[in-house]
Parts: sequence; structure tokens; C-alpha cells
Amino acid sequence: MNTADQYLKAIYLIQQDDNSPAATGRVAEMLDVSPASANEMIGKLEARGLAEHEKYKGVSLTDDGIVKARDALQTYCIIERFLVNVLDVEDFRGEARELEPVIDGTVAERLDTIIDRKSECPDCFDPELDACGCLDVEPLEEAAAD
Amino acid sequence: MSLSQRVDSDQQLARLLQIGIVLEEVTEARANNHRESLPEPDAELESLLADAAEESAAHRDRLDGLIDSLAADSIPFDEIDALVEASYGQTKPEDFDGVLYDQLCNEETAYKFYDDMIDAIEASDAAFSVDRAHLLSVLRTLRDAERDAVETVTTIMEQRE
Repeated sequence: MNTADQYLKAIYLIQQDDNSPAATGRVAEMLDVSPASANEMIGKLEARGLAEHEKYKGVSLTDDGIVKARDALQTYCIIERFLVNVLDVEDFRGEARELEPVIDGTVAERLDTIIDRKSECPDCFDPELDACGCLDVEPLEEAAAD
Repeated sequence: MSLSQRVDSDQQLARLLQIGIVLEEVTEARANNHRESLPEPDAELESLLADAAEESAAHRDRLDGLIDSLAADSIPFDEIDALVEASYGQTKPEDFDGVLYDQLCNEETAYKFYDDMIDAIEASDAAFSVDRAHLLSVLRTLRDAERDAVETVTTIMEQRE
């Protein structure tokens, strides 16, 4: 998954959560990058017809952007499910974030052949849990406290 | 969230190598399953699938050797085999074309994986427990083998059109 896909995924999740355009600051915060970096990438997404930025309101994904964002979210879900169900990784969130930029969608599709992913994916993704809602895992606070 | 397309630690490297092993396991198991369940005898396809399975097993061993150098845990091969077996019936190709296409997907995916991993290692200046030159040499060898395998499958597909 490339960097642009990670931005699309973040914007998609924030838009879903807020039910309104995603503020650039929130996108930067979610991705742990500077607002200037977020602005620059949002401009690139706009140029590619994947997002629309409205001054003082924030960024919204176009239909094409939503399709790509959902693909990226699905790839992320596959990585998380694979780490939990196949490799039994405890810090699956942290490792999924590290692996996400290096694992391409085609590779995720092959991993998908051996995990039991639900048909509702990626709508099953729970931003609060930072994981697929169908996974039997601890909430974030408890996982952090362990 | 990491936005860097690079490998920065032994842990991340070991995990990627484990994923490589799983991809090779999937290729090996599916090639063996395809060979045993061809709708009718086909010497060319049987040979292709036998070679693919053998090559994937060899690649898996080389990746396992790298993981040993990193002092990371290997993965339970038996469990992966069981998962592939369990899912095979639902994703089994219907005919010769389907078998070839699935084989092509396996080889292309492995090629893409090694290519991305080489890029991610080259983009990083992290010091790994395993010798960087050796690591890259092994991964490039595996990537080249996958590229050759893609060409072999593609040639057979074109001849059968």
C-alpha cells in the first residue's frame, strides 16, 4: 500500500466518523505527519481526481477516492486478521501499521485466501477498536495497559 | 501510523520474511493440490506444477535461513498447510485455464512481494542482524526466479490460446 492509499484510508475513516469533510488537522493527526505534509498530499489526491478540498471545511473523497480508500482499508483488515489469526501476533495493530506501506494489495489478496474474512469487510472496520470489528481482540485501552 | 515504505527494524524484517514464507507455502500447497486434481492427465501442466511446488519449498527454506539469522521465531508450517487445505475447496480452479491463471497469480504475487521488499530495504539505512548484502542477494535471487516462473506460465498460456 503506498502513502497516497494511507491518506485515502485516513480521510475515509474520519469522514465516516464525522459525517462531514475531514479537517486537514485531523488527517495529519491520524497519520502522525505535519499539517504541511498532509496539505501537500491532499493537493496531489485532488489533482488525481480522488479528493476535493474546500477551504475552511476540509477534504472529501470523490467516488473514485472512496473506491480506492475502501480497497486500502480492506488490505489493512487482511493484514490485521493475518497477524492475529495466522501468526498470533500480540501487538498486531502496531505491526500492521509498520507492514501496511510495504504490503501491496495483490500480496494481501493471496494472504486473504487463508484467512476467514467476513463478507461485510471493510465495513466491519471499527476505528475505535482500530481493528476489524469481527476480530476477537481487546479494546485499545486494555491492549495498551497490558 | 508509519508512512515510510521502508524496513526499519529486525522485527519488521522478520515479519516480512515470515509473510514471504506463507506466500511460498500457499504456492506450494496450491500447486500440489492442482496437480492432484487436474480434470484429466496433462504432462506439461503436471511438470509445471511439480517444478513450482519444488521451487517454492526451496524458496521457503532460504527465507527460513534468513529468519534463523535474525533470531526470530519461524512459523508453524503445519498450521499454514491446514489453512490452505481448508480454504482450497472454496477457491479451487474449475479447469486448466483456471489452474494456469492461479499459478500465474501465485508467481506474480511472489515477484511483487520480493520486489517491494527489496525496495523497502534499499530505502532504509537500518542495521540488521543479518548481513545486508547477503539479505539483498537472497531476495534478488528469489525475485529473479519468480520473474522467470511468470514468463514460463505466460508462455504456456499463450501457446494454449
